[in-house]
Amino acid sequence: MSNLEVWDGTISQKDFYVAARTLVERWKQVNPSLPQWTWIPSKSTLMGSSCKEEGYLSLENMFHIDRNEECLIVDSFSEREETDDVATLVHSTSNETHIYDFHIVYSFSYKVPVLYFHGYQSDGQPLSMDEIENDLPPSSSKILRESKWTYMTLGEHPYVRRPWYTLHPCATSDWMKLLLGGTSMKDLDISSYLLSWLSVVGQAIGLRIPLELQQSSNSSSSRRGATKSPTGTEAVEARSGQ
Amino acid sequence: MATTELCSEEALRFIWGGAIPLQIHLHESEVTTLPPPPPALILGPRIGYLPLLVPLLKPYFSSTLPPGVDTVWFDYKGLPLKWNIPTGVLFDLLCAEPERPWNLTVHFRGHPGETLIPCESEDNVKWSFINALKEAAYVINGNCKNVMNLSQADQFELWQSLMKGNVEAYQRIASRLKLGPIGEDCTLKTGAGQPRQALGEADTAGSSRVGRIPVRLYVRNIIQDLDDFDEATAVDSWDSISYINRPVEIHKHEGHLLTLRTALKALLPEIFDDETMPDNQIFSKEEGCQVTNPSFEDYETPNSLRNVETEEASIISDSVVLSKKPKVKLIRIQGIELDLSIPFFWVVNNLMNPDYFIHICVFTEASPSQVLVR
Repeated sequence: MSNLEVWDGTISQKDFYVAARTLVERWKQVNPSLPQWTWIPSKSTLMGSSCKEEGYLSLENMFHIDRNEECLIVDSFSEREETDDVATLVHSTSNETHIYDFHIVYSFSYKVPVLYFHGYQSDGQPLSMDEIENDLPPSSSKILRESKWTYMTLGEHPYVRRPWYTLHPCATSDWMKLLLGGTSMKDLDISSYLLSWLSVVGQAIGLRIPLELQQSSNSSSSRRGATKSPTGTEAVEARSGQ
Repeated sequence: MATTELCSEEALRFIWGGAIPLQIHLHESEVTTLPPPPPALILGPRIGYLPLLVPLLKPYFSSTLPPGVDTVWFDYKGLPLKWNIPTGVLFDLLCAEPERPWNLTVHFRGHPGETLIPCESEDNVKWSFINALKEAAYVINGNCKNVMNLSQADQFELWQSLMKGNVEAYQRIASRLKLGPIGEDCTLKTGAGQPRQALGEADTAGSSRVGRIPVRLYVRNIIQDLDDFDEATAVDSWDSISYINRPVEIHKHEGHLLTLRTALKALLPEIFDDETMPDNQIFSKEEGCQVTNPSFEDYETPNSLRNVETEEASIISDSVVLSKKPKVKLIRIQGIELDLSIPFFWVVNNLMNPDYFIHICVFTEASPSQVLVR
């Protein structure tokens, strides 16, 4: 494994921008009726004109829908074409409704995307850690209880500069390497990086990732197999085509 | 061993011994007794974190607190302080002109959850530190396995030694993490004959490897046409401070000539432009002649340190900067106002925090006209 050609699971900032555009486009094709991922350019003037690609991805106003024992599903309250047998929409405007905003930020330290999210009630009141934990898929809330400080914590959002929840990225490059297994640098379609990444991270936080999102992406997705969740304590099957 | 030449034991001890005299007032809204309690006087270690002072403050103020549940936080002139930033860095950043004692306000109630991460226990601080250490390890080695693989006992001891300021105990464990020192070419030195990583990670080996140094950069713009920092207004919002958390990347052949200036230029190309920043330009005439050393001034400054700090610092450049860009007024690391021509490897090896990050405060100054343009 000393071959330097072997991809290490990380992504450069420039490629992150490229992959972000791919995610934005694919999401729009697959989920035209859901809230859309948008690219938010950084407002900082310090980094200069050299960094037009500096910024983050944002998906806001996703409604949490509790479907019994099933994984937490986060969904838009707008219409969906999904044919799930469980009630799909929650039109309730009570304070019980939980709304989530998701941001994908590039970490220069870890050279991988990092998910930041923020949950609040319909009146704007932020959700407590306990409320968020209840909204998580059972597998994630279990990990959260076991590794309180190394899985998901409140941290400062690097652009918004406010406390947001974040999933720790220290194992991301490892599971991305497994996810796109053994790909050498030259065969790697880096533009599909975020689609694959989101298939794992989305599951961890209960963000439903439409199956089609990855299907038409590159050949590497077919090599995808079982992999580990961010903490490595539980196997998660990445959502693959049926 | 080469280690002793690269890192000064003396510098390390000064970094660990540095402390800010704090005068901590209980916020008036939480005073329920007359007369109000006098402020608490405490030495806050520079490498420590404000919540770690709570066990000292709580008994001091507890009898006057209104009923309720504690979530302790601090402010300086109304600015809520981020507890995950080391105390010395907060001081360097927020007190343009060092204030002694540093007057802070402590609150046990009314935590501003919108802007501050709550700190409920020492565990919050510990894990914030460990996560920073992990991040630094990842930056340096391409993985954080050495930190993750610390035994519970070692992790506990590492944290205890930081809290107690026990540098020897800290070094004993930290040296096993293989995160330093770096050589003059700014690449990681490892013990002779020792495999650099038992794990054989491809990304940590090979001659094409890019060296990465963990840096946290805080850029504060002083919007004033003043030479006198005393009159610099207090920071009223964190929005006026830019925070840049990204590594300095060094290609092997560049490492030897790398100065603090070159390193900062890589992170802030717009500000550390060669044209706008001729050598020694950072010091105004007044400051150039009296380089102060806030963290060490209570001590006898060792010659080795003093030389580095004052060398060339008094040379005054009269070149006029016509650029519209913000001008760099001051660079401060560990309370020391640094000249930009210092070799970067020296800064890294000697001035880093125990989390293996170099925390750099940069003060820039925009002329009033620039401010209007915005």
